[in-house]
Amino acid sequence: MNGDAEGSDGPRNRPTHDSRQAEVWACLQGVMDPELDESVTDLNFVTKADVDSKNRVHIEFRLPTYWCAANFAFLMADDMRRAVGALDWVEGVGVVLGEHMYADKINAGLAEGLSFQATFGAEADGSLDELRQTFLVKAFQRRQVALLNHLIAMGHSSATIVSLTLTELGRLPVDDDGEKLFLRYLERRAVVGQPGAAALAFVDAKGVHLKADGLAGYVSDLRRVGINVEFNGALCRGLLSARFDLETPFAPKSKTLSAPPDTQHVP
Amino acid sequence: MYRTAKGEEIFVIDGHTHFWDGSPANQKNIHGKQFIDCFYAYHSNLSPPSEKWEKEKFEKYDAKTMFDDLFVTGYDDMAILQPTYLTDFYKNGFNTTERNSAMKKSHPDRFILNGAFDPRDGTKGLEDLHALSEKHKLKGVKLYTAEWRGESKGYKLTDKASYKYLEAAQKLGIKNIHVHKGPTIIPLNRDAFDVADIDDVATSFQDLNFIVEHCGLPRLDDFCWIATQETNVYAGLAVALPFIHTRPGYFAHVISELLFWVGPDKILYGSDYGIWTPKWLIDKFMAFEIPADVTKETGSVLSMETKTKILGLNAARLYDIDVEAQKKKIRMGRGYAHLPEAVHAPR
Repeated sequence: MNGDAEGSDGPRNRPTHDSRQAEVWACLQGVMDPELDESVTDLNFVTKADVDSKNRVHIEFRLPTYWCAANFAFLMADDMRRAVGALDWVEGVGVVLGEHMYADKINAGLAEGLSFQATFGAEADGSLDELRQTFLVKAFQRRQVALLNHLIAMGHSSATIVSLTLTELGRLPVDDDGEKLFLRYLERRAVVGQPGAAALAFVDAKGVHLKADGLAGYVSDLRRVGINVEFNGALCRGLLSARFDLETPFAPKSKTLSAPPDTQHVP
Repeated sequence: MYRTAKGEEIFVIDGHTHFWDGSPANQKNIHGKQFIDCFYAYHSNLSPPSEKWEKEKFEKYDAKTMFDDLFVTGYDDMAILQPTYLTDFYKNGFNTTERNSAMKKSHPDRFILNGAFDPRDGTKGLEDLHALSEKHKLKGVKLYTAEWRGESKGYKLTDKASYKYLEAAQKLGIKNIHVHKGPTIIPLNRDAFDVADIDDVATSFQDLNFIVEHCGLPRLDDFCWIATQETNVYAGLAVALPFIHTRPGYFAHVISELLFWVGPDKILYGSDYGIWTPKWLIDKFMAFEIPADVTKETGSVLSMETKTKILGLNAARLYDIDVEAQKKKIRMGRGYAHLPEAVHAPR
């Protein structure tokens, strides 16, 4: 996973320090806050991601409050460690959480490569798998409802939408926004079951195909999931900004709730 | 008292206020500092710049400041004092019933004094609850399920001990249970903000009302789902309401979801004073309309009737306040002396 990766003595091109640094940030860009379903770098959580002369990566991050849930903090740290550790030239990854009620415990656990259960002992009664799955499903639902709203607004009928296969959905002519929504949805489609190429694009959280006559009600039921996440995202950005007095406070992303988060982050 | 341009009087009960001492002198440890710092981040992030306080004032304000902010500058007619003990973080506690009771004693017609209990306090805690209830004639309690107590980092309403306390509350006539979900409920591998335990106790205790503060945030979605199935679950607006300034678009979506799922009779205004102050919150709320595109989605409208319910009538029902009689009392005590003549003139 990391820490004891093999040395890269092969005769390939050695990347420069700057490009390695950029690779690390690109990796972190793909790590999500599980609750907000946004990248930890877009959220401004990561304050440092340095590569030293021995190709070890030192990551530091902080969260919007001292009280943010310990499990999510651990998940993010662990995901960062795995993502960066997967780069073939990386010789070790250190992740340090700052100014958090469980910082000492989490940092000690991370340093030793412990699991969440081992880190917290009696304070936990199992792994984080169930929690992770719960929030992956919410992310799936939120991305799906954003895409469905987009397709409905474009004038596609319920009957057309529910009968689209993934391949057909991918071929629909869409604008840039629609393309982003489609790609984001695709990334989470497997959360509710690995689809085959000919699989229908839209299924519910249990993997059941959507029906045309119930589509409006289904979309309206999912709406509250999207709103909750958007609202928490706004709150978290604001609190982080106030807590650390960031020079550039959170920028309003979009007027519409169905828009995807900003994707560019240039470290 | 809020008076509309047409001269209608709206009776305001602030469902969520505090008289706290978060000053460094009262802080026991780093957690006490971090707790008030976190509140201050909420305050500074969501308040309009003109309403932002200096840190020192925020950490500890005096009784007169609070009275003026709520009832003179602000539109509150009455305010519910919700305690938050946090005795593991603060030497004299953060915002105890005892501290709040001084406010109630000075202004008995303006304040509703709520108590608190902690199911981890065992038999002694039950005795204390009886004494507290007898002394203050409690009609409500505020529970903070994330409170640290020694090694424990919180509890659930479904704990056996919680049931004992809720049974006692029911017997004592304490019918309003305000619940604030905070983080760190163990086991830590589960969702720290899970609201499922409210669903459980709301079903088991049909005679009690469960007012979920901050409308279940950050689990608004799950909360809406529960509230729609239980007749005795209410939404407290504190924390959601200030978004009316920074992010009116989000507020529109949140309030329309609440109206859709929870309904206009089960939403309670609360300023969360001293995090925010009633004046600007209510000015903005009264001026607010849900945009047409959001109404089209949810069918929710924030009518004058609905605003009146949210601002006071719903809380009046829960706390057995006879609004007309209460207005008379406040008027007799010259509580409306600062308002223009037309408002406080006897009819």
